[in-house]
Amino acid sequence: MNEQEKPFKHPSFYPGDAVETEHPFSLYISCWILLFVLSAFSYMVDLMEVQGYLRWFLVTIFAFLKAGLVVGVFMHMAWERMAFLYAITLPPLFLLALVGILAVDGAFVYYIRDLFMSLTGS
Amino acid sequence: MSSNQHVSFEDSVPDNLKGLVADWSSDVQTFKVRWSKAMMWIFLVSDTFIFGSFLSAYMAVRLTTTVPWPNTSEVFALHVGGTDVPLLLIAIMTFILISSSGTMAMAVTSGYKKERVKTGVLILLTALGGVAFVGMQVFEWSKLIFEEGIRPWGNEFGAHQFGGFFFMITGFHGLHVSIGVVYLCIVAKRVFEGRYDRLNDYQMVEVAGLYWHFVDLVWIFIFAFFYLW
Repeated sequence: MNEQEKPFKHPSFYPGDAVETEHPFSLYISCWILLFVLSAFSYMVDLMEVQGYLRWFLVTIFAFLKAGLVVGVFMHMAWERMAFLYAITLPPLFLLALVGILAVDGAFVYYIRDLFMSLTGS
Repeated sequence: MSSNQHVSFEDSVPDNLKGLVADWSSDVQTFKVRWSKAMMWIFLVSDTFIFGSFLSAYMAVRLTTTVPWPNTSEVFALHVGGTDVPLLLIAIMTFILISSSGTMAMAVTSGYKKERVKTGVLILLTALGGVAFVGMQVFEWSKLIFEEGIRPWGNEFGAHQFGGFFFMITGFHGLHVSIGVVYLCIVAKRVFEGRYDRLNDYQMVEVAGLYWHFVDLVWIFIFAFFYLW
């Protein structure tokens, strides 16, 4: 598309020829190294046999940091417009509601099973 | 800019929060990306819900079982040099998948620069990583099935539901990787044929890249919640 045919000035109206989507390899390589380091940290949690809440906290934190790097840098979400960013990243948050409901329900089922299975001795 | 000068709507489109409001409220196209990219992202959101539901179901079942859940560092340990190294194979698989994501990101960048051969080679390298990953998964599955006797309906390590969730979640992810390898090979073929040069547009490489990075993204959560949790 030549310059005369472009009614809009903002480059994000023309994603195909947007210059800001080009990044140097060094950016991806640093992101790659960071992902390795974070993976190594999660692996260390298992090797050092960290248990309980600290284990769950660390494993979750490292997973979400890695997810942020992959979505933000590798999938270029960091450079998209906010309308697109929120349309894609907000809906999956509904899964938190599912997790919350299932956690309450799961705890109740466990309580019932514990109660009756200990009575029947199985 | 003097106050009486005409400011067109196009010049006045703001960024960030104001941009969010402007993009949704004005009677114009909301997502200023190509349809191919928007559609791939929407597909990936739906896929997020599939994997999210799998992992939530796994959490629910693991919460309800009164029998202890199998210790994953024992189940997935690899016997190397006389000692059991916990999760060694999984660590190597993670390494390979992250590396393939890195090469894919570089392929997308090379695509933007319209470097045909470099893009094609990097995509093939990514596909090779995917093949290696699936191969190791085949090894992992056969070890679990034939040596450790883990079945979808039971095992000797603890709660019987373990096998069912393991095979369903990692199997569905492995299927995604396998489909991704085929997809990447098709894109690589088109790159080498010069199709995107003729179109003067490498957008499809970026779209394929989105899918591949998503496969990596899902693995991050499987690694965290199934293997390490």
